[in-house]
Amino acid sequence: MSLLELDEVSVTYRIAAGDVPAVRGVSLSLEAGEAVGLAGESGSGKSSVAMALLRLLPRSARVDGRILLDGEDVLAMKWGRLRAVRWSEASIVFQGAQHGLNPVQRIGDQIAEPLLVHNLATPSEASMRVRELLEQVGLPTWRARSYPHELSGGQRQRVMIAMALACSPRLIIADEPTTALDLMVQAQVLTLIRKLIAEHDISLLMISHDLSVLADVCDRLAIMYAGRLVEAGPASADFRHPYSQALAAAFPTVGDPASRLAPRGLAGDPPDPQQLPGGCAFHPRCPVAIDDCSTAPVDLRDVGPGRTAACLLVGRSLARGN
Amino acid sequence: MLEATDVRVEFGGRGGRRARAVDGVNLTVAPGEIVALVGESGCGKTTLARTLLGLERPTSGQVSYDGTPLSYTGRRLRAFRRQVQLVLQDPMGSLNPRQTVYEAVAEGPRIHGLPDEEKVVADALSRAGLRPPERFFLRYPHELSGGQRQRVVIAGALALSPKVLIADEPVASLDASVRGEILSLLLRLRDDLGLAALVVTHDLGLAWNIADRVAVMYLGRIVESGPTEDVLTNPQHPYTQALLSVLPESPERIVLTGEPPDPTRIPTGCRFHPRCQLFAATQDAEACRTTPLPTLTATADPQVACHLAPVPTTA
Amino acid sequence: MSSVTWVRRQRALQRFWSEFRMHRAGMVGLAILLVAVVLALIAPLFIDAGVTNVVSGTRAKMAPPSIDDPLGTDESGRSVLLMIWWGSRTSLLIGFLAALLSMVIGTTFGIAAGHFRGWVGAIILRITDWFLVLPSLVTALVLAAILGGSTATIIVAIGVTSWPSTARLIRAQTLAVEARPYIERSLALGAGHWHITTRHVFPNVAPLLLASTTLEVASAIVTESTLAFLGVSANKTSWGTMLRGSYDWGAATAGAWWYILLPGLCIVLVVMAFTLCGRALESVLNPRLRTRAA
Repeated sequence: MSLLELDEVSVTYRIAAGDVPAVRGVSLSLEAGEAVGLAGESGSGKSSVAMALLRLLPRSARVDGRILLDGEDVLAMKWGRLRAVRWSEASIVFQGAQHGLNPVQRIGDQIAEPLLVHNLATPSEASMRVRELLEQVGLPTWRARSYPHELSGGQRQRVMIAMALACSPRLIIADEPTTALDLMVQAQVLTLIRKLIAEHDISLLMISHDLSVLADVCDRLAIMYAGRLVEAGPASADFRHPYSQALAAAFPTVGDPASRLAPRGLAGDPPDPQQLPGGCAFHPRCPVAIDDCSTAPVDLRDVGPGRTAACLLVGRSLARGN
Repeated sequence: MLEATDVRVEFGGRGGRRARAVDGVNLTVAPGEIVALVGESGCGKTTLARTLLGLERPTSGQVSYDGTPLSYTGRRLRAFRRQVQLVLQDPMGSLNPRQTVYEAVAEGPRIHGLPDEEKVVADALSRAGLRPPERFFLRYPHELSGGQRQRVVIAGALALSPKVLIADEPVASLDASVRGEILSLLLRLRDDLGLAALVVTHDLGLAWNIADRVAVMYLGRIVESGPTEDVLTNPQHPYTQALLSVLPESPERIVLTGEPPDPTRIPTGCRFHPRCQLFAATQDAEACRTTPLPTLTATADPQVACHLAPVPTTA
Repeated sequence: MSSVTWVRRQRALQRFWSEFRMHRAGMVGLAILLVAVVLALIAPLFIDAGVTNVVSGTRAKMAPPSIDDPLGTDESGRSVLLMIWWGSRTSLLIGFLAALLSMVIGTTFGIAAGHFRGWVGAIILRITDWFLVLPSLVTALVLAAILGGSTATIIVAIGVTSWPSTARLIRAQTLAVEARPYIERSLALGAGHWHITTRHVFPNVAPLLLASTTLEVASAIVTESTLAFLGVSANKTSWGTMLRGSYDWGAATAGAWWYILLPGLCIVLVVMAFTLCGRALESVLNPRLRTRAA
C-alpha cells in the first residue's frame, strides 16, 4: 500500500463570480521513502493539491475525490485525528520563511511547540529534541534562543525544516522550499533535504515551478497544467509532453550552445480556470498542436517505462477512432 | 557608454558601523551590449544598479554617460533619465494600481513633455509585444497576467526611447513559461533598437540566455568579468566556480558554507578568503589573508581578482 | 487631457457609484445630506435673515408647537422652524469650509512630512505633534476670542486646530505609498517631487482623505455648536447659537422642550448623516477594507 494516494482529487473554490476549478481530477501515489516532485506554474493548482492533503484550504474550497494517507481517508477524518496527523504523520514546509515564523517567539520555542501541543514530550525532553533538530538542520544549538529576525533567509528555512521534522513525520510536503533563496543557500537547503529524507527514511512531496530543482531531489516528477496532471514519470528521463518540455527549457543548462542567446518560453499566458479551452487545455499555447487537440479529450496514458502523459501526439498514433 | 569608475557607496549602519555596499567597482555597458551583473543577495548588485541610474549618489567615484560625468542637479539628471531606464523585479509593485496601462506608459513622456503622447504610448506597447496596443489602454494592472505587467513596465521605459535598460531581476517573479518570452523581448529590443541592457540577477541561466558579458559580484566588488562563454564555461575565480557548481546539471558540487558575509565587516586581504575552497585547500596562502586585491578594470576581456587563480589579473 | 484618461475617469466613477449604492446606511446618510443642503441653498427663495431678527418676532413668546408655528417659538417670539432653516446655512457653511481648510492644511503638511525625509520632514512632524497635543477646543476658543467673532474667524479657528490628525493620517499613508516600487520606477523616469506627490501619492491618499473629510465636517459642525454654546459665535443664527439662546433664556425651566430639542436633533441628524456617508465612502474607497468585506 502506498503511503499517500490521491484518487481523482479535485479542488473547487467558490467565489462571488462562480466556481473556480483549481484542481481537476488528480491521481498520484507516493510510496514510503519516495521523493516526488510536483511541478507547474502559478495557477496550475499545485499548491492547492498540497494544501488539500492536510485540509489546509480555506472554507470557500471544496475538495472531491479521495486522499488516503497510510490507508486512512484524510477528507473523512475528524478534527482531533486530523490535528494529530498534521504534525506526526505528515508536515508541511511553506515557502516564504519570513511569514511562517512568529516574529516575537524564540525559534526554540516554536520548534518545540508541536511536541508540547501533542503531548509527545515533557518540556525538558522537548528542549533536548530542539537541540537535536537544530544540529540535524545544520544550525548551532544556541540559535534556539534567537528570534526569527536575527536569522538569514536560509537559516529561517532551516528552522522551518526543523519544525517539520519535530514530530518525526513519515511524509513531508515542501511547498517551494527554496524559492526566494540565493543560489548557494538554495543548494545548501536542497543538500540538507536530500540528506534528511535519506537518513530518516521520510517520504517527500516537493512542489516547485523550477523543474531543475525538483529533478535534483526527487525520484519521480509530476507536472501540472491548468489543474490537471499532464505528465508523470521518472525524474531522470526526458519529458514527452510539449508543456513539460517547454517548462524544462525555460531554465537552460549553462554551457549548452542551443540555449545561448536563445531563451525559450511559451507564447501566451496560463488559462483562466473559469474559461478553460476545450479539448486539451494546453492547445492554445502548444507549439505542435493539431486540429484534434481543441476538441478531443485527453487523458493520461502510458508512453514509456513508468511514464504517463496526457497528449494526443505522444506515444500513440493519431488515427484514433474517437 | 554607461560607465562606473571606482564607484563606492556606503550606508550608515546601526551603532555607527558603515556598510560598504559597493566597494570600488569599474563597469561599462557599451551600446547594444547586454551585461549580466551576477551575485547573491546582499552583494551590492542592486545598490550598484541604483547608482548607475542616478537614484543613489556614490560616496566616491563617478558614474558617467557618454563620457560626461553624471550631474545630480535637476535638469541634467532629468536629461540623463531619458537615456537610462529601469525595469524592476516585481511588475505588480512597479505599477501604480490606480493607473491604467495607458497612464503608466504615458508617465515618462508626460514628465519629459514629449509630443504625440498617444502615438508614443501605442508604439511603446506594441514594441513590448502588447498588440494591438489600444486593447490594453484602459486595463488596470490587476487585470493583466504577470508577463503582461512586465511588458507594460518595459513599454513605460521604452516610451522615452532610452539607450540603456537597467533590469533588476526582470523575470524572477514571473512564471517559468513566460520568462523566456520576456528575455526574448530584451534580445529583440537590442537587435531592433540597439538597446543596451544591464541585467542584475542571481540566475546564471538567465545570463547564459541573453548576456554578452558577465560580471560576478561578491561583497561589493566585481571578482570576475568577461565574455559570457569565458566566465560561465571556464570560470577562474573560486567563487564563480562554486556558483556554477551548484547548478543542478553540474557534476560536482562545491557548496560554500555560511551566508554571504556582512558588508559592515569586510575581511582583510581577499574578501572571499573565509569561504574560499581554494584557500582552504592551500596551506601557504598568506597573500589571501593579508594582501588586498586591485579592483578590476572596465575592459571587456576576461579578468579575475584572485591571488590563486591561474590567470592573475593584469590590473 | 486626453480622451483615454477621460473615459477611464468616467468608468471609475460609474463603478464607484454602483458600489456606494450597495451601502444602505450610506445611501440614507446621503439622502439626509442632500435634503439638508438643498433646503439650506433654497432658503433665501422663501425667507430671509429677517426671521432671526428679534424685532420682527411678533408672536407669543416660548409658544409650544401650533398650526402657525409648527415647531413653536423662542423667547422673542421668533419661529423656531424658520430659525432652524435659516441657521442651517451657517452651520453647514462653517462645517464644510472648516473641514475643507483642515483638509487642505492637513494634506499639505501630511504629504510634505511623509515625502521629504531628513530635517524638513522632521520639523513638519514636530509642528504637527505640537498642534496635536494642544487642546483644540480651548485653542479655538482663544483664537476666536482674539480674532473677534465672524464666520471666517470661526472657520479659521476650527480649521487650524483640527488639521493635525488629518496630517498624521496622510503622512502614514504617504510613507506606505512611497515605499512601493512604482515610486522608484517613476523616479527613474525622471519624476520630481511635484510629480511624485501629485500623481502618485495624492491619488492614493485621496480616497482616505475624502472619507476622513466627510467625518471632519460632522465634527466641525459639533465644534461650531460647542463654540457657540460657550459664547463664541459668528453673530449669526446657527444651530449652536440657538442652543445657547435656549440655555440663556431658561428654556428648560420654562418647559420649552421644542426650543432645546429641535436644534439639537438637527445637529445629531446631520452629523449622523455625514458619519454614515463617511463610513460608506471609507469601505468603498479603501481597498484594504474592501477585500476584508469580500
